[in-house]
Amino acid sequence: MEIKELVPQKLKQQFNETDFEISEYLDELTIKLPKEKIVKVCEFLKKDSELEFLLCQDITAIDWATRKNRFTVVYHIYSFKNNFRLRLKADVDESDCRIDTVSSVWKGANWQERETYDMYGIKFNNHPDLRRMYMPEDFEYHPLRKDFPLMGIPESIPLPKK
Amino acid sequence: MGLESFLKGEGFITTTVDAVASWARKSSVWPMPMGISCCAIEMMASGDPKYDIARFGSEVMRFTPRQCDLMIVAGTVTYKMAHVVRKIYDQMPDPKWVIAMGACTASGGIYRTYSVVQGIDQFLPVDLYVAGCPPRPDNLLNALIQIQDKIGRTKVSDFKNAKLPELNVIQNN
Repeated sequence: MEIKELVPQKLKQQFNETDFEISEYLDELTIKLPKEKIVKVCEFLKKDSELEFLLCQDITAIDWATRKNRFTVVYHIYSFKNNFRLRLKADVDESDCRIDTVSSVWKGANWQERETYDMYGIKFNNHPDLRRMYMPEDFEYHPLRKDFPLMGIPESIPLPKK
Repeated sequence: MGLESFLKGEGFITTTVDAVASWARKSSVWPMPMGISCCAIEMMASGDPKYDIARFGSEVMRFTPRQCDLMIVAGTVTYKMAHVVRKIYDQMPDPKWVIAMGACTASGGIYRTYSVVQGIDQFLPVDLYVAGCPPRPDNLLNALIQIQDKIGRTKVSDFKNAKLPELNVIQNN
């Protein structure tokens, strides 16, 4: 069986079938899942002997600005065994802007989640070291949110005195 | 060959302290290579045999601010980096000069965004701006020559009453 069919099939066997929203675009498989399941699904995808998604290539987010579930956290994971790349998506709403960390599954997710936290303000539960990645530690805003002005907020980052 | 041929065996010359001091200063400007991004590549190129900044007496790029007179800020300065640049500038002994190399240091350049300082003159006293993105090494050498002119015009009395607020900064950090 082709890997593209194997991944959804295995997930549906393992978890509740109605949880997953599977789509394909430009030969790339995307699976949307509820945010509560993210750690369990990731653990399964990594540890299953046929799938072995050993590499977490990227974690980022999308700000939809006006949509009901404002943010989508996006995971790109890769299986060396099958030479296959999979995209996972989980919606996060602004009112409860949190999702569980997957840094317990892939250690490399640590900094990528920090970056996502810095830029979008999405908090990762149980993260070992959730500090900002790029912006100064006392910065109060999250620059990649759609409501953040391009030129920033005046005086929000102090400059040295002349 | 050099100066001695003009002395014609006399063995001494008369001059002023101002002239000698500023001549000595301008003839061996030691740069602090504050290379932050792509402009730094052109700054390095100005030290290679083709452009040869040694012709102007500035080949000793010191990587400690305590031995420098001229800071060449070469590259995009972010708000986070601004504090580092300022701290290094404060550690340079007086008298000191600053060249702002490239569009980013002058105005933020193409980075018209929240994280980049729109001109380093917001936190540094800049003596000379070099245009270009990045400027060619010739352009930097031209800037160096102009800085030398500026240094050559200084007088000892210019620095007599110089306040040194930066001493406090160093001690506090």
